Amino acid sequence: MIPQETNIRKQETVGEENIDGTIISINGLFKSFGKNNDILKGVDLTVKKGENLVVLGKSGSGKSILIKCLVGLVPADEGEIKVFGTDISPLNNRQLNEIRVRIGFLFQNSALYDSMTVRQNLEFPLKRHSKKLSPSQVDEAVTNALESVGLAEAIDKMPSELSGGMRKRIGLARTLILKPEIILYDEPTTGLDTITSREISELILAIQKKDKTTSIIITHDMACAKLTGDRLVILKDGVIDAEGTYNELEKSDDEWIRSFFN
Amino acid sequence: MVIYLKNIFNDAGDITLFAARFFKEVLRPPFEIKEFIRQCYTIGYKSLPLVGITGFIMGMVLTLQSRPTLAEFGAESWLPGMVALSLIREIAPVITALICAGKISSGIGAELGSMKVTEQIDAMEVSAINPYKYLVVTRILATTLMVPLLVVFADAVGIYGGYIGINIHADVNLFRYFSQVLASLEFLDIIPATIKTFFFGFFIGMIGCYKGFTAANGTESVGKAANSAVVAASLTIFIIDMLAVQITDLFF
Repeated sequence: MIPQETNIRKQETVGEENIDGTIISINGLFKSFGKNNDILKGVDLTVKKGENLVVLGKSGSGKSILIKCLVGLVPADEGEIKVFGTDISPLNNRQLNEIRVRIGFLFQNSALYDSMTVRQNLEFPLKRHSKKLSPSQVDEAVTNALESVGLAEAIDKMPSELSGGMRKRIGLARTLILKPEIILYDEPTTGLDTITSREISELILAIQKKDKTTSIIITHDMACAKLTGDRLVILKDGVIDAEGTYNELEKSDDEWIRSFFN
Repeated sequence: MVIYLKNIFNDAGDITLFAARFFKEVLRPPFEIKEFIRQCYTIGYKSLPLVGITGFIMGMVLTLQSRPTLAEFGAESWLPGMVALSLIREIAPVITALICAGKISSGIGAELGSMKVTEQIDAMEVSAINPYKYLVVTRILATTLMVPLLVVFADAVGIYGGYIGINIHADVNLFRYFSQVLASLEFLDIIPATIKTFFFGFFIGMIGCYKGFTAANGTESVGKAANSAVVAASLTIFIIDMLAVQITDLFF
């Protein structure tokens, strides 16, 4: 892994989690895209350090928008988003970047840089944020990140040569290389077969256990939700409609909530 | 009609802000030198064959087309000077810039458009890397520097094409041909024509980047970004050329 002295966590100049262990807290989050297109209508949510939170909801319910608001990719219209105890809305780009390097984001389609090899994809963020690393340390960090997702042999391949499952794993390796404290997964198993989906879900769980990361997982895959989620929330009509463990929500009195589990 | 005009003004406003951001970001570290050199290679070196062939054909065809008219007046000896002046002052800069608009501006528009659609630009942003600086500033700088060099190359190859064109019907010595070319040229022919190519290069890069960077989500928008980049860049080249000629007339 990355040598300790170059670990970007040392750049911490913005807040930490609250005393009660809350690392992310969202209060009254509103987001709309034009008139009569309100997506989030007052989302309230907290995530504790080390927790795996699964967000469920119908397509278009604003799940992806919710996590994009968390890293400032989509600015919120109203509400407070606190990450590591810092409200991110008033931050300038430099301050926001200090938060961003502590958060990993796995995109739905992996978002690997097409013009770069797997090695360059992983080196790209690392070299920019850990400029004092020697070439051998960069090599070591890249190899370790790839080994942690079981794809060390793909180091010199181009993204176009990889299967969907491999792309997800490489995307995850690129996310892990900066040693994030929070990882946001946007539909990590979408478009994958059952076996590969399970492998990715197990990988998410293994990463959480090994690196003690906090995760928010957006998914439609109930097997993934069951395996990875410590707690599940369901987004409906722009607000959190239900919250609980997998078993609690599966036995809910609400037929609409139960329909997710059937 | 009102909506159409509103869209044009909105676009003009957005592209002005986009260009203003370039001047703000270009002076701020970190400087993406490696990516800038890579873009210079892609934009400049890889365009050499196309620009070279086009320049050669331009020079040769111009010579062959002009020769009969000049021969009627017994002024064939003016041919090298006329070809060189036409190429350097107008034909090579505009044609090369149009070729670059087609090849480079559309390429940048499609590349950045597809990066936008596949969330690669978002991935850079969440990794705390400034995508504008890495993708846009490097490309605009590269086109601003490479298009003038490509025009100089097209000038040289075009003038040589003129020499081949003359020798199809006559027997002119290469040294004598180039002596006549150089005798007919002044610095005032070269400098304004070269200055305008920097503007051509800047706008070719800027329009390509703007169209790609602001592409909507969906694969269809990648094609639209590439297409609209070529149209807007080509039109801008003619407008800049017209303004440059007026300004040159005014001052020189």
